[in-house]
Amino acid sequence: MNVLIYLVPMALLLGLTGLLGFMWTLRTNQYDDLNGAALRILPDDDIDAE
Amino acid sequence: MIEALDLSNFVERSEPGRAHITLAVEAVNCAGCIRKIENGLQKLPGIIDVRLNFTQRRLAVEWHDRETSAERIIAALKQIGYSAHPFAPERIAAEDKHETKWLLRCLAVAGFAAMNVMLLSVSLWAGNVSDMTQETRDLFHWLSALIALPAAAYAGQPFFKSAWRAIRTRQLNMDVPITVGVTLALALSLYETATHAIHAYFDSAIMLLFFLLCGRYLDQAMRQRTRRFAGNLASFKAEFAHRFGPRGELTRVPASVLQSNDIILVQPGEAVPADGMIMSGRSEVDQSLVTGETIPQPVVSGMTIYAGAINCSGALTIKVAAAGSSTLLQEIERLLLRATEAKSRTVRLADRAARLYAPVVHLTAAATALGWLLAGASFHDAVVTAVAVLIITCPCAIALAIPTVQMVGAGRLFRASIILNSGDVIERLASVDTVVFDKTGTLTLPEGVADVSSIDPDVLERAARLALSSHHPLATALARCARERIPYAGVVEESGSGVHGNIEGQEARLGSALFCGLAEPSPQANATNGAASTIFFTHAGHVTAIPIRQRLRPDAPTVVRALMARSFDLIILSGDRSKAVEPVAKQLGITQWHAGLSPAEKIAAIENLKSGGRRVLMVGDGLNDAPALAAATVSLSPITAAQLTQARADALFLGEHLGPVWDAIAVSRRARSLMQQNLGLAIVYNALAVPIAVAGMVTPLIAAAAMSGSSILVTLNALRGRLGRRPDFVHATGSSPQAKVPIAEDVPKDLVLKDVAVTRDQLECVQ
Repeated sequence: MNVLIYLVPMALLLGLTGLLGFMWTLRTNQYDDLNGAALRILPDDDIDAE
Repeated sequence: MIEALDLSNFVERSEPGRAHITLAVEAVNCAGCIRKIENGLQKLPGIIDVRLNFTQRRLAVEWHDRETSAERIIAALKQIGYSAHPFAPERIAAEDKHETKWLLRCLAVAGFAAMNVMLLSVSLWAGNVSDMTQETRDLFHWLSALIALPAAAYAGQPFFKSAWRAIRTRQLNMDVPITVGVTLALALSLYETATHAIHAYFDSAIMLLFFLLCGRYLDQAMRQRTRRFAGNLASFKAEFAHRFGPRGELTRVPASVLQSNDIILVQPGEAVPADGMIMSGRSEVDQSLVTGETIPQPVVSGMTIYAGAINCSGALTIKVAAAGSSTLLQEIERLLLRATEAKSRTVRLADRAARLYAPVVHLTAAATALGWLLAGASFHDAVVTAVAVLIITCPCAIALAIPTVQMVGAGRLFRASIILNSGDVIERLASVDTVVFDKTGTLTLPEGVADVSSIDPDVLERAARLALSSHHPLATALARCARERIPYAGVVEESGSGVHGNIEGQEARLGSALFCGLAEPSPQANATNGAASTIFFTHAGHVTAIPIRQRLRPDAPTVVRALMARSFDLIILSGDRSKAVEPVAKQLGITQWHAGLSPAEKIAAIENLKSGGRRVLMVGDGLNDAPALAAATVSLSPITAAQLTQARADALFLGEHLGPVWDAIAVSRRARSLMQQNLGLAIVYNALAVPIAVAGMVTPLIAAAAMSGSSILVTLNALRGRLGRRPDFVHATGSSPQAKVPIAEDVPKDLVLKDVAVTRDQLECVQ
């Protein structure tokens, strides 16, 4: 059972990283335009520019 | 003359030299639009940043103040092919956004904690039936406490705050049992952990918060979406006014920035943008949006004029009055206040359930503790059982039961062109048994239509083409009949009388009777033949009278028949003359109609119905309907309604069909039955789970399974509302032969009415 000593903190740390990541996306307004983000990947104008 | 456009009120300046504006953009509906708009504007000199929010159809532009201006940006957009409207961000919208984000943060924290605590709990449940040692169990319990306690303290805030507010005003809402339940469960679990007990309820408490926050967030998201959409619509519809500057120069400004004592000019054919007093000029105004009266009334200087009236003939100079300073508006405000107070007494289904639920839950828990003590159990065991009862009865399912159905119902109504102003509208709509209609602008379309049944087509064509050169609303109605949409050359408009010109070498005139060389007919003559007004046309010595009639909404007869078939009581309450109301009522087969009513009389009629136990849906658009809308159980307005009226209506519908009225009721009834089913499910769940809890047999495993099981069941049931046939009345029956109204056929199909130009497509765009 000694393995728990580092497995449990690791699991928690991973979860916490996810939570902080979500908080960051929220703070940088990444959910303001969900439909727009889906469409912005479609145009290929970055390729034309080369 | 080119007027300058003044948008300075909409431009924000955060730092010197930099300006920012938010614009609502119309007709953005594909990936190409984003690129076209953003790249197009980037090319302008001085632009710092352009970002189009596709979901909200709003464009944020930032630029160097010296190098370009908001006016130039709008002009550039116009050139690319998009009309943009300045959008004033309101304070309430900012607060709303803040609140949504906060709820989402709480939801994220609760979700994270629930997942991790559950990870530990599952191990505990497995360990309890195998070989877990006391030390490992304690470690897992302490770890759960470490995660759950701070998470609950953070994510529970929306409930704790709301419960505290309720208790301070000596009331009970759903958040009180939630707060008590969660707090007790956590405290008890902490004590159990410290005393090395087998069971702790950290997982139940945090999962409960997670489910409840889901319901809370859905509710908030729905409200935010409709408010955002309404904000865009308001800016699309926003009117501009011609304001005189200090040196007498004219500037075009948005009507929303007008202040009292501003002097404005209203041209013929324009709507009056603000209430005020006429300083100079003489004209006729169409007050149908204000009073429901369809015959234009003559006005002269010194008279008061209301926003929404349409200036028919001569240019008017108006001094803007302070909001609500006119007697009509004061009267309406006073009536509104009274009606709104009366309405706030109706109680929402969820609140009714909460008021009943909270005491029952607390009493059951107390009785359980007392019962076990009397039966000889230890104090500790009695408290543990009572807390288990509190956890099991916590209104998870109930808290989700109603918001999810409202969310699904509102989405469905949205697709049927109906925008709700608040979530509980659905409940009120579902209970309706009497529908009261206003006539002008509600049963009929806001614009008149020429009755051409007895007119020679060639004469009509000439008259209609001549009408293209006029701004008068009656002429505009006639102009829609023109097959060839090219105005004649050299036509002169004489303000206040009509237009004249040369057609095929002969003098032609279109306008009032006097202008065409006839004696002025009395308004009664018009009224007796049912027409709102008559326009005259002379050509080569022949005079033709063309009546302009009110046109019914195309599907009005079908909708009325469908409502009658479902035994709704239909009533028309109109401010218009009885001669104008009677034919409409007859055509629709509505036997109960009242004409010439003042706003106070409309309220009285509705109060009378309500005191007779009726639940009244009021459908109206005029300023004079606003108090009646507020007094009714629930109210609907077409999007063309006066601004004050729109603000009072519980829901708005778009387009020129009346079908949304039927859709609104049908969708709401279905939603209400889903809500009731959901509450039923929640009650059945409680009936099954509470005896187990009272008996003291609820382990954390059972609590978790029962709680999430009931929540998922209720959510799935709510999502059933999305299944099935689209409740789209217009499309289902609009094409049937009975739906046609004789006069409606005269209007060319390809013409879009100016005020109803907000279409289903635009609606779906914003979604």
